[in-house]
Amino acid sequence: MPLDVEARVIQNTRLSPDYNVITLAAPEIAAATKPGQFVMVRPGHGSDPLLRRPFSVFEIIRSGNRVEGLSLLSKRIGATTRLLYEAVYGDVISCLGPLGRPFEPVSSPVEAWMVAGGVGLAPFATLTEVLQERGTKTTLFYGARTGAELFYLDWFAARDVRVVLSTEDGSTGERGRVTGPLEQALQGTDAEVMIYACGPEKMLEAVSHLAGRYKTTAQVSVERVMGCGMGGCYSCVIPVHETGGGHHFVRSCLAGPVFTAADLVWDHD
Amino acid sequence: MTDIDLSVDVGGLRLSNPLIAASGCYGYGVEYADAVDLSTLGAVASKGLFLAPREGHPPQRIVETPSGMLNAIGLQGIGVHRYIAEKLPELRRLGVTNLINICGSTLDEYVELARILSDAEGIHALELNISCPNIKEGGITFGCSLHGTFDVVSAVKKVTHLPVIPKLTPNVTDVASIAKAAEDAGADAVSLVNTFLAMAIDVETRRPKLSNIVGGLSGPAIRPIAVRMVYECRRTVKIPIIGMGGIASAVDALEFIIAGATAVQVGTANFVDPFIWSKLTAGIEDYLQRHGVRRIADLVGSIDTSTREKEWVSS
Repeated sequence: MPLDVEARVIQNTRLSPDYNVITLAAPEIAAATKPGQFVMVRPGHGSDPLLRRPFSVFEIIRSGNRVEGLSLLSKRIGATTRLLYEAVYGDVISCLGPLGRPFEPVSSPVEAWMVAGGVGLAPFATLTEVLQERGTKTTLFYGARTGAELFYLDWFAARDVRVVLSTEDGSTGERGRVTGPLEQALQGTDAEVMIYACGPEKMLEAVSHLAGRYKTTAQVSVERVMGCGMGGCYSCVIPVHETGGGHHFVRSCLAGPVFTAADLVWDHD
Repeated sequence: MTDIDLSVDVGGLRLSNPLIAASGCYGYGVEYADAVDLSTLGAVASKGLFLAPREGHPPQRIVETPSGMLNAIGLQGIGVHRYIAEKLPELRRLGVTNLINICGSTLDEYVELARILSDAEGIHALELNISCPNIKEGGITFGCSLHGTFDVVSAVKKVTHLPVIPKLTPNVTDVASIAKAAEDAGADAVSLVNTFLAMAIDVETRRPKLSNIVGGLSGPAIRPIAVRMVYECRRTVKIPIIGMGGIASAVDALEFIIAGATAVQVGTANFVDPFIWSKLTAGIEDYLQRHGVRRIADLVGSIDTSTREKEWVSS
């Protein structure tokens, strides 16, 4: 059952002129969150902005054994993300969750390959923690526009995650899209691999095609324009294949946000 | 005063309180069963049901506008037969008062839906969707004309024992005259308003923000217009009114009730706060206590429009 918490801002770290990590005192939600699940947040109490916005839970914040809250990785692009960027210690942000279908973590000998594009890094910190508990060999393919927008590299390295970087301007790692290094790695491995991907939908589509071509499975976390996060409004639908051909729309808040890539229809709209 | 009575009778539809989850804003109700005790709601209005399943419009289906939300979902739905087989048993078990919203492309479809649902167990009233602005065929074409409204209401009334409540569109010159046509045809109540036809454009790409180009506007932005329309209908018809449009607090709900609504529906605000129901109930009870009104029904249409000397208010 989802909880609605009026959560205090414990910390707000601006990582760049656009990106921030905001920590919310919502321990009840944090403790119940599985990797890949999301929360619906609303900074402010007027009617502008009106609707909540969905965010993958980034980190579970602990002090010793005690869960203190959760953090969100946000990129400033609209009204809500601007408020999240500008929020200060003590502000109250309404936080509803945890919501949605999580990732299914794999165990050795299967390797976990996480593919993140930009702010799509968000679900992979919690996934990494669960994979590390299982001793799963884990790689992060992480792409951004430029090296200044690659974050938390030390965090992942400290958890024995192999990190493969790419940037569109070539300032850090390989020049180009994140799918370049991913395809090279798929060509060069004999291991059984589970791909986890989050990022722009075009990236997810490319990852899905690669997974198909190299006979591996991908779990992708999609982001659609969402109204409620609870299945009430039917805004966030995405087309999935039907057995026997055709497609139908399912709500990404309930059936997702994590989908098996092969289930999704990519060339629909 | 402790024995506050929130129950209302909406044309034979008896509700334990006047708060109804609005159609299209609450899925089929079961989506919220984990979070909310659905039996504590006055009623749940189902997502609009056609005879057959419908795919709805492709995304993008919603866009936020100032204090509002524009939607063109396109009535995606599972159809009446799957609703009865897959959702209704669960809703019955949960003790939900079910107001079933039905949509047809033709008059015969409304009649057929009413027949089918009248034979099902656990349905308390029918809300005729003659007002969805987002689909081309049927629906709103009935709701935009006096004859269309009269014809569909009388046809459905002939085949069902359930209370029949047409849901009216605000996208007409005079909504009160439509309400009167519904009353003349035997409607047990009317609900209003559905969303306002509207649009939003991305100026950078010059593309409409919704795939359907136009959509329906809801949320606090439309509330004063909806209150005015409820007030106009209250002065024109005798049958009960279910009021809606941007209700997000107890005060908003009370505004509709005082304007003349016997019950109210809450839609968009439920997206923002799925736990809004107990807050609305508490706020309404507090108001009734403060004003010494025991029965919410006594507040319906109690607006005071008399002219009088302004009282001296110390500042």
